[in-house]
Amino acid sequence: MEREQPPLGSARVTSAIAASVTRPRFSASTLSTWRRWRDRFFFVLFFASVAIGILGLAALVIDVMTDGLGALDFSFLNSYPSRHAGESGIRAALFGTIWITVGTAAFAIPIGVGTAIFLEEFAPDHWAVRLVQLNISNLAGVPSIIYGILGLALFVQAFALDRSVLAGSLTMTLLVLPIVIIVSQEAIKAVPEEFRDAAFALGANRWQVVKTVVLPQAIPGIMSGIILALSRAVGEAAPMLMISSLVFLTFIPSSPNDRFTVLPVQIFNWVSLPQPGFQAVASAGIIILLAVLLSLNSIAIWIRNRYQTRY
Amino acid sequence: MLVVLLLATLVSVLATVGIIYTLLRESYGFFQVVSVWEFIAGTRWAPLFEPQAFGVLPLIAGTLLAAGIAGIVALTLGLGAAIYLSEYAPDRVRRIIKPVLEVLAGIPTVVYGFFALSFVTPLLQSFLPIPVIFNVLSAGIVMGLMIMPMVSTLSEDAMVAVPRELRDAAYALGATRFEVATKVVVPAALPGIVAAFILALSRAIGETLIVTIAAGATPNLTLNPLESIQTMTAYIVQVSLGETPQGTLVFKTIFAVGLLLFLMTLIMNIVGRWVVRRYTERY
Repeated sequence: MEREQPPLGSARVTSAIAASVTRPRFSASTLSTWRRWRDRFFFVLFFASVAIGILGLAALVIDVMTDGLGALDFSFLNSYPSRHAGESGIRAALFGTIWITVGTAAFAIPIGVGTAIFLEEFAPDHWAVRLVQLNISNLAGVPSIIYGILGLALFVQAFALDRSVLAGSLTMTLLVLPIVIIVSQEAIKAVPEEFRDAAFALGANRWQVVKTVVLPQAIPGIMSGIILALSRAVGEAAPMLMISSLVFLTFIPSSPNDRFTVLPVQIFNWVSLPQPGFQAVASAGIIILLAVLLSLNSIAIWIRNRYQTRY
Repeated sequence: MLVVLLLATLVSVLATVGIIYTLLRESYGFFQVVSVWEFIAGTRWAPLFEPQAFGVLPLIAGTLLAAGIAGIVALTLGLGAAIYLSEYAPDRVRRIIKPVLEVLAGIPTVVYGFFALSFVTPLLQSFLPIPVIFNVLSAGIVMGLMIMPMVSTLSEDAMVAVPRELRDAAYALGATRFEVATKVVVPAALPGIVAAFILALSRAIGETLIVTIAAGATPNLTLNPLESIQTMTAYIVQVSLGETPQGTLVFKTIFAVGLLLFLMTLIMNIVGRWVVRRYTERY
């Protein structure tokens, strides 16, 4: 059936003649109308998929804003959690998030970028290296809660770090490490081979090439990738929930050995409280969290656009 | 200096070793007391109550039900969006819509959990008989919204890779855009689409916060999307937040459940990548 259908467009006249010989006239014209309607119908349907996605996003933002804007003021930013919704604030979680993010960056950047440099510039084409690479992409797909289990068993218990900022940062480091490695590798790969060849031709050794040619070119890409990885860490709740637990903190960590809470954990805490007032507090916390993520992402995009060179 | 780089590289290897070692060691302790068969085939999960029961099937059912709903939502919306973006949308529109959709993938899961509980559940309750506030349908739908950009981006990448000549040939034969999309582009890009779907499902299976907040904490062997359930991830959160002393049998359950979760997502990720490598057409 399908193949016998007359084509649309310019060849329509001839095909209509052909169709009138082989088949009753109406089938040719109704089929082409049907195909045109089907085309339009599915166009609407495909566009609707996009529209539903965007509407979902809009509904989420509006839902959070209407619930939370009323509770958002300076005292919310500057207060500790409280049993009374009206007096609750996000100070401890905000500073906890800063601690964890800085701690994660301190470990994840050197380890991640180091791994990427090794894999891209030094590692031989060997089965063990390919296994390491495969392992990294598998780690990127491990559910975040599994990193929570690992952090709990390894850092909190075995290393006896307790539920500290340090234990949280190390757990988060393992979680974002695959992302940092992969984005750094992409940035290093994007540096054209000719640049390296030119430096080698001038007599530079591997190290000098990496230090003076590859890294300066790759750093904007690496930076924006790292910021995106860190913004993943800022929003990640599951492992932090396991490491920090739902504590009622009325202080800011003053050393890496102190207990902590982070924004997503604090928000989860408020969301799970049944008293109605806490929904508004949770929304206000979400607005702060989204604002932090939005600024991090804007910085990453700005770096990419500002420093990106096309070859 | 090269040694330092090598040591950095070893960290990621040690992370894997650490995950597998930790999960296996504690699970071993658990399986000394509870038989593997009782764990895998048991239909009642109640480690926190007397009489205790350690059948993980209700948790698996809950996890798969939530991920299944998310998968249906994400495949429908994601594939539709991918076809629109790759076959219909003018370049200018595409450049605006794509990043907006990808914002969905960057929103923290705790925010989605709140959205499910405070917006989607009341909306569903207005026309569906949902007995308690916690239900897997709401969590699944929201999770589908979360993984939709993953399906659409990966599928669109696969579709864009289909050569122009194939489309032009079909258009020259008089095909409509819909026919080109569904009979030429989608079949040619199918491995990429299947892989996108598998990887997105694996994300949904490992997702924690949405199901913990919106789907409840009732291990429940059911296929009814209106009921409250508990997923594997939500159970792990429940125990680690509770008063369970470390080292007890109940505490060890999170490692056994974690091991199962790790294996499920690992297999799906490997299969997803294998599908792409094995079946991708090279033009």
